[in-house]
Amino acid sequence: MAEPILQVQGLRTHFTTRQGVIKAVDGLSFNLEAGKTLCIVGESGSGKTVSSLSIMRLVDLPGRIVEGQILYRDTDLLKLDEAEMEKIRGDRIGMVFQDPMASLNPAFRIGDQIAEGILIHQEVDKAEARKRTLELLAQVGIPHPEARYGDYPHQFSGGMRQRVLIASAIACRPDILIADEPTTALDVTIQAQILKLLKEVQRNLNSAMILVTHDLGVVAAMADYVMVMYAGRMVEYADVETIFAQPRHPYTRGLLESLIRLEDTRETELAPIPGMPPDLSRLPAGCSFAPRCPAAIETCGARYPALQDISGGHQVACHLVADLAPAVDETVP
Amino acid sequence: MSAPLLQVRGLTKHFPVERRSLLRRPEKVLKAVDGIGFDLSRGQTLGLVGESGCGKSTTARLILRLIEPTAGTVTLDGVDVLSAAPEALQRLRREMQLVFQDPLSSLNPRMSVGVNIAEPLRFHGIGTRSEQRERARQMLDIVGLKSRDFDRYPHEFSGGQCQRVAIARALILQPKLVVFDEPVSALDVSIRAQILKLLLRLQQDFGLTYVFISHDLSVIKRICDSIAVMYLGEIVELGGSEQLYRAPQHPYTQALLKAIPAPDPAKRYDELGGLEGDVPSPIDPPPGCRFHTRCPRRMESCALRIPDLRDRGHGQLVACHLYD
Ligand SMILES: Nc1ncnc2c1ncn2[C@@H]1O[C@H](COP(=O)(O)OP(=O)(O)OP(=O)(O)O)[C@@H](O)[C@H]1O
Ligand SMILES: Nc1ncnc2c1ncn2[C@@H]1O[C@H](COP(=O)(O)OP(=O)(O)OP(=O)(O)O)[C@@H](O)[C@H]1O
Ligand code: SF4
Ligand SMILES: [Mg+2]
Ligand SMILES: [Mg+2]
Repeated sequence: MAEPILQVQGLRTHFTTRQGVIKAVDGLSFNLEAGKTLCIVGESGSGKTVSSLSIMRLVDLPGRIVEGQILYRDTDLLKLDEAEMEKIRGDRIGMVFQDPMASLNPAFRIGDQIAEGILIHQEVDKAEARKRTLELLAQVGIPHPEARYGDYPHQFSGGMRQRVLIASAIACRPDILIADEPTTALDVTIQAQILKLLKEVQRNLNSAMILVTHDLGVVAAMADYVMVMYAGRMVEYADVETIFAQPRHPYTRGLLESLIRLEDTRETELAPIPGMPPDLSRLPAGCSFAPRCPAAIETCGARYPALQDISGGHQVACHLVADLAPAVDETVP
Repeated sequence: MSAPLLQVRGLTKHFPVERRSLLRRPEKVLKAVDGIGFDLSRGQTLGLVGESGCGKSTTARLILRLIEPTAGTVTLDGVDVLSAAPEALQRLRREMQLVFQDPLSSLNPRMSVGVNIAEPLRFHGIGTRSEQRERARQMLDIVGLKSRDFDRYPHEFSGGQCQRVAIARALILQPKLVVFDEPVSALDVSIRAQILKLLLRLQQDFGLTYVFISHDLSVIKRICDSIAVMYLGEIVELGGSEQLYRAPQHPYTQALLKAIPAPDPAKRYDELGGLEGDVPSPIDPPPGCRFHTRCPRRMESCALRIPDLRDRGHGQLVACHLYD
């Protein structure tokens, strides 16, 4: 097995608010190898974005990384001072955010915003930075890069702005690319373009990718590995085939069963997960999913289940995992 | 067959585009909805799909006459909605309701959930105060909330629960037609099916007629009897839901269906369809077929002539020169 390029160990990121301490990420551990894609899925508020921001060390107050280790190659990112971290951020680790309008500065030209990142991280002059920016714009599929270099963000469509962010994130050929819901704001026909572009970029650079999404279709199309989060913790982790064919955590199973699929007809039974997502400042004592779990037993309400490796890297946090037979996914022919 | 409950003909909305020039008055218009038409029978659901900005929400607001159309007619149960005088319109408003994507936008945050639900009764002066409250309690039960939720406030509820409150409020007047504008798009996947199940049950129980707007084709297919696919303000394909998915005729419908990633890891990103280029501006829509700038099957005539929406022998209406 290849040496992981990123190793996250026992990461805890908490927010201290008037309602109490919100454990947005509470004990997260995983590894990621070069060239591989990890998709993070989970309900709204389950900690997907905070996990990504923690790796970039971009969590703002009242949030704080209270514990853990984030190893990029041999360096613990949590031990670096801010100046050292700045050298890695946007250079070795690139990030694409959900809302392109919020991450581009409306007052600056598109091309200059990309070139800026190159000038900060690499020893090149302005002309060279401009030349590379034009190459990047062409690479992400912006037609007529020379003509569009001087445009402002509002002159670009949503799909083009997302391309610009990808260009900016890969400008320094990062080893790790983090994309937080990069296509959620886009139409499906544009989404398909962007997903293919992300994969092409990843293949060219052999970078590791973390893709945050709530769309299980996107997961199936993109992931090598899948992490399912619920209430700040990882409840299941496996390779993409296993997650879809043999989900073992009741939440993952519920998620797959409640999915509305294109091949469904009006007769197909709708199978929602009952109940509501939990309030993170008032989590139940035991398993956070217990109040909604159809399989819950008494132990579930009392103790949080430890994460177990049930076979070759397939990890599940559920008291019943030994009892639950692997599900057969009948919808996959 | 009985007359359709809802009839829409040539419905058009052009928004004037502001130009910050003193010398040139704004001549340009944004063609948000451009001559669309369809029929919808009682108890049925019509789905409106299409990508962002194609005119779905504008269509919804036009049907309910929340905005005035540039042209066209809307008839509900034989009554012309668009020329109705104020009193008649008031009556019509009780028969048509709109539910939005963001339920909080239709709820008053300073009023309790129960008062919010009863508000339409108060507005239309129906029943005594205690009758109104009693009816609101019944609605809570009907949409699957607890009677004790009556005195709680919208901010104490999750997104899915707020959507239930908004649905209760929309149904308290016993409307004939309910238009849903992306009612589940903002909800978690695990909650989405709960709300759809509720909507289907309510339709059965009360014989409701739905217009259901979504950009999620899987949801639309599961919910709707017939589907209208919109592109740049026009309907490009209209037909029965099963038929349209089994044998889509318009190249845009075909592309949409191929661009949706299936939750099946055997189908990877490289098999996704999709389209070249971006959606053109509705201010200067392309001449001829509006889709021709992105159409993988365009022919020379496509940029020259506008294809009309008609039955081209496939059981659904299609606007495309391929079938001329
Ligand atoms: N600045 C903040 N102050 C207080 N709590 C916060 C803050 N930022 C995030 N949180 C909390 O941390 C939790 C995790 O949030 P996060 O944004 O990671 O969720 P997510 O999984 O990305 O959800 P979504 O799918 O909605 O993007 C949430 O419950 C949120 O309320
Ligand atoms: N009040 C308005 N003034 C000017 N233009 C408008 C107005 N309302 C809508 N538009 C424009 O009309 C077009 C259609 O908008 P509409 O909101 O109906 O689209 P939609 O299909 O509902 O999109 P979405 O999926 O993003 O909700 C868009 O180009 C929009 O910018
Ligand atoms: S009319 Fe021409 S351009 Fe339009 S969809 Fe049909 S083939 Fe494509
Ligand atoms: Mg997020
Ligand atoms: Mg809309």
